[in-house]
Amino acid sequence: MSESDKTLSARRAFLQGSLAAVGGVAAGKAIAGGEGTPDPAITEIQPWRSTLGPGVDEVAYGQPSPFEAHVKRRNVPWLTAETKSSINFTPLHQLDGIITPNGLCFERHHSGVAEIDPSLHRLMVHGLVERELVFTLDDLMRFPRENHVYFMECTANSGMEWRGPQLNGVQYTHGMIHNVMYTGIPLRLILAEAGIKPDGKWLLAEGGDAAAMTRSIPMEKALDDCLVAFAQNGEALRPENGYPLRLVLPGWEGNMWLKWLRRLEVGDQPWHHREETSKYTDLMADGTARRFTWVMDAKSVITNPSPQAPITHGPGAMVLTGLAWSGHGTIPRVDVTLDGGKNWHLARIDGPSLNKSLHRFYFDFVWDGGEMLLQSRAHDSTGYVQPTKAALREFRGENSVYHNNGIQTWHVNQSGEVENVEIS
Amino acid sequence: MLRFLSLFIATLVFTFHVQANPLGLGRTALPVELAAWNTDVRPDGMGLPEGSGNAADGEVIFAEKCAACHGDFAEGVDRWPALAGGQGSLQDARPLKTLGSYWPYLSTSWDYIYRTMPFDAPASLGADETYAIVAYLLFANDLIDDASFVLNRENLADIVLPNTEFFRDDDRATTEYPVLTDACMDNCKPSVTITKRATGVGVTPDQADN
Repeated sequence: MSESDKTLSARRAFLQGSLAAVGGVAAGKAIAGGEGTPDPAITEIQPWRSTLGPGVDEVAYGQPSPFEAHVKRRNVPWLTAETKSSINFTPLHQLDGIITPNGLCFERHHSGVAEIDPSLHRLMVHGLVERELVFTLDDLMRFPRENHVYFMECTANSGMEWRGPQLNGVQYTHGMIHNVMYTGIPLRLILAEAGIKPDGKWLLAEGGDAAAMTRSIPMEKALDDCLVAFAQNGEALRPENGYPLRLVLPGWEGNMWLKWLRRLEVGDQPWHHREETSKYTDLMADGTARRFTWVMDAKSVITNPSPQAPITHGPGAMVLTGLAWSGHGTIPRVDVTLDGGKNWHLARIDGPSLNKSLHRFYFDFVWDGGEMLLQSRAHDSTGYVQPTKAALREFRGENSVYHNNGIQTWHVNQSGEVENVEIS
Repeated sequence: MLRFLSLFIATLVFTFHVQANPLGLGRTALPVELAAWNTDVRPDGMGLPEGSGNAADGEVIFAEKCAACHGDFAEGVDRWPALAGGQGSLQDARPLKTLGSYWPYLSTSWDYIYRTMPFDAPASLGADETYAIVAYLLFANDLIDDASFVLNRENLADIVLPNTEFFRDDDRATTEYPVLTDACMDNCKPSVTITKRATGVGVTPDQADN
């Protein structure tokens, strides 16, 4: 203990008496002229200052601070019949930067998490190929690898909001998305190993879970930028994200990123399986339906403030922040409005601007304490501008379920509380 | 040594890119392995195994293995999906998307049921059972009226579902993208009012520990 700490310690009893009386209310406030009640966070010796902490190896795999226990994925129980065929949501309002921590990546399972023994996992490539092959994970580790950061968005993200605002929280309205760095093998190298026959135009990918999920993928995409990934953010995929192998289809709807990947079949036409007919087709107002709507269009949302993250500091300097992304490329520009779209301002994009990755934006301003109607609007590298929900409804009606990339509105009241609303 | 190494690496790269030789990884899949995993089915019938079943038998199997979630008449239970009904509802405020009202291909249900169902015992149904269940779903959707109708490998691909022709490929690139470019910055509208609120809808989970 240093000399000054000893002095503080000696005065502790006296201070405790006086501080208890004021309850620490005035403590820590900016005070002109050096007057006011001292902050006990400074003047009192805290336990972590006066006792030794745990040594190395106490927690062999590090975990967040216990004070961050509220930062977690959350489910919306009424959405689905049971949790083994369900989805939960990434807590976007409690994260910053562009990378989603592995343990907070949202989950979507059709028959629960497959807990696969990697020594018993195989990848089969067959169909219209020169050589029908089986790979072990050891075999796959001998292919050249690449690293890429990509967002992965469930096609149904914001799907509950088509008819109007329902869920009061950005985690629930926009949390079916995550953004991690994948390490994987270019899919085209694995297909080249088998040798695609000239009429091999489609690829069926199948997972090894109890749902044996399948999707048909056009060969142009399979040979373009897809990966067979084995790692996310530098470590093995998490079981809930497809351990030991998953497909990565940059910019395309999350349902196609087959987890627990065990089989790739080359064919001359699509399979029209359940996830591309009954589900993941977009019903229009006239009763027709779009199919094969693979690309996720440009989208953005303000993560803070938002209903789960109100303004608690009162008027003055503040940070507005959010995320923007596009399945067509990068995000060169994000606009934000504080007055419901009467006037817009350029937001500041900070951090890496990567192809088909989340982008982090900020708008630093002085809040006057008045009501606000907050929106963000993404521009992508193709020139596409994120539309209003009203504009989307003009094309599609209200029964599409999927691909809702409309502009989100948050109402902020004078207390700093935030509500999910729609405006004229 | 370094020069030799770089020459060696250059040769490897040259070989890989120009001659596109396989890396020689993996091994040949055996016929019995292919048969074990390649059980998927396409609309043209590719992949369907031998076997058959009729709707009357299917109704019995459905009641035993499917109805707990999907209902005796495939009408759905709680939040589990309905598989029958909904014809003519696709333009309604609450459309009901089922095999009879929405799904474009019958093969899809055969494939999904055989590889994935029942939910708590996936891939446990035989081919005959699956043909029978799919025949029952046709019956439950009023797409056949003879419960003795036998569905099999030969006739399944010939059955056309009512909504097949109402699917079209993604057309956003021509219908939406050219139009969605509005980026007004100043004085974009004279007034703004709140038209809808999430508060009161009452569907947000309890957030006491946010």
